[in-house]
Amino acid sequence: MKEILLRIVIGGVTVSSFALLGDLLKPKSFAGLFGAAPSVALATLVLTAAKDGKAYASTEAKSMILGALAFFVYACVVGRLLIRRRLPVLSTTSAVMVLWFACAFCLWFAVIR
Amino acid sequence: MKIKVDSSGLRESTWRQYLVRFAFGGMITAMAGIIAKHFGPGIGGLFLAFPAILPASATLLEKHEKEKKERAGQQGAGRGRQVAGVDAIGASMGAIGLVLFAIVVWLRLPKSGTGMVLTGATAAWFIASVTIWKIRDQPGIWSRRKHFPTSKHPISTQLHKGTNHREEDE
Repeated sequence: MKEILLRIVIGGVTVSSFALLGDLLKPKSFAGLFGAAPSVALATLVLTAAKDGKAYASTEAKSMILGALAFFVYACVVGRLLIRRRLPVLSTTSAVMVLWFACAFCLWFAVIR
Repeated sequence: MKIKVDSSGLRESTWRQYLVRFAFGGMITAMAGIIAKHFGPGIGGLFLAFPAILPASATLLEKHEKEKKERAGQQGAGRGRQVAGVDAIGASMGAIGLVLFAIVVWLRLPKSGTGMVLTGATAAWFIASVTIWKIRDQPGIWSRRKHFPTSKHPISTQLHKGTNHREEDE
């Protein structure tokens, strides 16, 4: 329980800090870079390396490569749908999340498993 | 287009919105740890690149832009969605940097100190993302890839100047 709380606090602070940076910067295409900041990864890897060791954290980072490729596909599709089709933001970003899961797990099965 | 620091974005957000992002970020980080514990680091690692903050940020951007337009007596839904779309395209460039971040951590972490590796990987993410953004910002690149708006593209320019001559809002 203590570990989960620690993860919530560290993760919350890291994600909020990067999001705040994004709010401060213009143009929006540049600020958008911070939407893909390694905030969750930094918070998780620090705690994982300290608790489970560097080899374990390194294995997580290897899988993260595939998660980041899925993120790229996700962000491209969301951007295109919002700019060209002008679909509602919340439903689009939520619905396309299925694509992130599909890409990430298909890549994982194909490359690592 | 020059990169600027503009604090007006901070004034538009409420404490509740910051709290939502904090809670969302914290939950995703905790979830990544729990998934890794139950299914192993292979599956857990995928969630280190989960698009945690993009939906919340894009929704906030849409809301702020819509309100701005409505204060000026215009419909703002379409413009809000365009701004959120430009933000997402920026995130796609950041995602390429995220791939580099993960590669650096994967290869270097077993051999070097955690702090040094994570600092170096974050620097690699930032440099790669900004370089890709700069390359995309070139007009020549834009003309070949018309679906990826750069800051010089009409959509981004209008958004940046606060005008939208092709008002197509609903």
